[in-house]
Amino acid sequence: MNAVGLARWQFATTSIYHFLFVPVTIGLAFLTAILQTQWHRNGKSEYLRLTRFFGTLLVINVAVGVVTGLVQEFQFGMSWSEYSRTVGDVFGAPLAMEGLAAFFLESTFLGLWIFGWGRLPKRIHLLTIWAVSLGTALSAAFIMAANSWMQHPVGYKINPTTGRPELSDIWALLTNPVFLWGYAHVLLSSLVTACVIMLAVSAWQLRRGTDRKIFEPTARLSLIVLAPAMILTMFVGSELGVIEARYQPMKIAAAEAQWSTCQPCSFSLFQIGGGNHDQTPTQIIQIPHLLSLLATNSWNGKVVGLNPLQSQYQQKYGPGYYVPNVFIQYWSMRVMAYIAVIILALAGWGLWLIRRRRLASSRRFLFVATWAAALPFVMNTAGWFLTESGRQPWIVQGIQLTRNAVSPSVSAAMIATSLIVFLLLYLALGIVDVVLMLRYARISVPEPPVTAIHDQAGGPQSPVPAPTY
Amino acid sequence: MGLSITWFILIAILWAGFFVLEGFDLGVGMLHSVVGRTEEERNAAVATIGPFWDGNEVWLIVAGAGMFAAFPSWYATMFSAFYLPLVLLLVALIVRGVSFEFREKVHQARWRTTWQWCLTIGSLLIPLLAGVAIGDLLAGIPIDAHQEFTGNFFDLLTPYGLYVGVTFTLLCLVHGALFLALKSTGTVRQRSERLAAMLSPVMAVAVIGFTIWTLTQSNRGDLPSLLELIAIMGSLAAVWLAWEQIYGWAFAATTVTVACSVLAVFADLYPRVMVSSTSARYNLTVTNTTSSHYALTVMTIVAVTLLPFVLAYQGWTYYVFRARVRVSDETPPAVPAQSQPS
Repeated sequence: MNAVGLARWQFATTSIYHFLFVPVTIGLAFLTAILQTQWHRNGKSEYLRLTRFFGTLLVINVAVGVVTGLVQEFQFGMSWSEYSRTVGDVFGAPLAMEGLAAFFLESTFLGLWIFGWGRLPKRIHLLTIWAVSLGTALSAAFIMAANSWMQHPVGYKINPTTGRPELSDIWALLTNPVFLWGYAHVLLSSLVTACVIMLAVSAWQLRRGTDRKIFEPTARLSLIVLAPAMILTMFVGSELGVIEARYQPMKIAAAEAQWSTCQPCSFSLFQIGGGNHDQTPTQIIQIPHLLSLLATNSWNGKVVGLNPLQSQYQQKYGPGYYVPNVFIQYWSMRVMAYIAVIILALAGWGLWLIRRRRLASSRRFLFVATWAAALPFVMNTAGWFLTESGRQPWIVQGIQLTRNAVSPSVSAAMIATSLIVFLLLYLALGIVDVVLMLRYARISVPEPPVTAIHDQAGGPQSPVPAPTY
Repeated sequence: MGLSITWFILIAILWAGFFVLEGFDLGVGMLHSVVGRTEEERNAAVATIGPFWDGNEVWLIVAGAGMFAAFPSWYATMFSAFYLPLVLLLVALIVRGVSFEFREKVHQARWRTTWQWCLTIGSLLIPLLAGVAIGDLLAGIPIDAHQEFTGNFFDLLTPYGLYVGVTFTLLCLVHGALFLALKSTGTVRQRSERLAAMLSPVMAVAVIGFTIWTLTQSNRGDLPSLLELIAIMGSLAAVWLAWEQIYGWAFAATTVTVACSVLAVFADLYPRVMVSSTSARYNLTVTNTTSSHYALTVMTIVAVTLLPFVLAYQGWTYYVFRARVRVSDETPPAVPAQSQPS
């Protein structure tokens, strides 16, 4: 494999891995903040215990999320130096803003939250977890603004001397429709991810735990947030699809393996065969008009096929093959959407049990809910496949091709070396992280001495800032 | 042009901020198993930096992202040229970063020893590698007319770069020992004080050597710059103050020394940002790597608005956790640690 291929593998694997932790961090920071707020309001000690329990899971997860984020930040320059050189004027700005506005906030206040139990006044300590939550959400905002610019470049002009894009309107970058909808989509699916994790852990505890009652509030909280969050994620995702169909028609046509133009267009539930070398796959169960609706929001909307798009692109950008990997597009779209439906069904089942007051006693539901923990990760990864693979062969749609973006001075052997290093390291980290998450998700929650925790700082018996979260 | 200079200075300050702040927590990381002989003592040593290290590390990320945004070609050339060392740096940052979280989580001798070594070696490699990279900017590496690195791994091991790496590592060691002397109690504190007194003369000699070498390297006459003079005076003051056992001021002195040493390299670089050993014509400069005026304006507004808040809340963190950290068997903690799964 050549340097471009290896660099793509490295970026894809490290990003996917990073994004296993990101949505859990974003969502769980928010849910933990809610739990702590509830404790602050009602003063019930079980909410404090739950806050600390899920806070521990959050912190284990953040540790891996933060360090794998470093790799992403460095990788642009390391293996994609032509990309960085060409678009740094535009792309660098949101990245630097992310550091200044979000990373400082997130990491400083996380330290304050972890070590601030008993040192900070109750109210201030509550604010620190909300600051962490805000930091995670801001971080996602800036990186999504940067990513959306790669999908649909706006707010730039090409410098005639260098031929490189330069930022001309930051506001356009931050109101890019792909960004606004994409960001909402990511935030909501992060919330879905964390809700499913919280539900799974609570269900596990309810099934086996000695301390059954304490996890009922979190099982309920996660389900009550999960149902609307999942519905909104799907709604926003479908709007995002319409927007992307406008700016990146290849991406959406490939997601349906639609080679010729259609109007109205149907949606196939499955297909046999297909891919870039098979334009006539056997499509199974066609739902009329659904693709028109998904791609254009209208009953009889027209979707331009891949073949006509390919000839349009050749006229516009010169000879070349501009169709993304159709197999990946078709299946990632379906995996994402079908899992969303399954999660929604799970949430509906749970809500129905809450209504019947049987949530904590339905062993079948608790069993399924525990194993559902894997679903959001597959769903999120499929979503990223859909959006990132669908942008190919471009690294920045219409501006730079991926194959022209790698570092000329970095050899394939060097990238292969680092790829192996990162894979082994990430594998080890993943095992450790899962083992720790499982250990800590299974322990029964200790009863903390509530009174001792809220000594004011600086008292004669100043508590030790040992790792006590 | 004006804003490019502003951003060059800002990036120099971000790097200096990284070495000043992360510097002491790197030093503590390197020394934690030297000053802590028992598990409790090591925990106390690590607890001195527990609330701070993650926020400190962001200075590195922002320095990198700032280079990306303000000088894309500098970022592109530097990061692709240092490919393999940066992989190693990332590995060090990763294993060190997770070791803080993981080391406490399982009570088992082998588990703890593993993460103890990850923390120690990671903390050693980070200033060493970052120091070599910064030294190399001034020492010069093969770069062609297209701003591309043309050398191999061994071209990155310039004598000056290696020396800067060693000097910065020594600075972090003393800086960390002094921080421990200020923030710990009992035997940990005593050992840290002894280490600070022992290591600081070595550090001062290294800083003097660094100044002389930087002068020859940058070829601008015999007179050290103001920054270099302050760095030397700071290092000598640190030795004297550590011997006199005035640790607060000694820590202030190493703070000044670290900051001025880092800034001195950047000051000598200017207006270049990366020296080409192939030909001076191919040097990367502030002018030939800068972003457009508009992008820099936006970035300046954002940085000027946000940095005061960052400094304020990071400063507040240091105020909140100003108390010394006791070894946990000296006084029982007010908050029992979460019970461990067996």
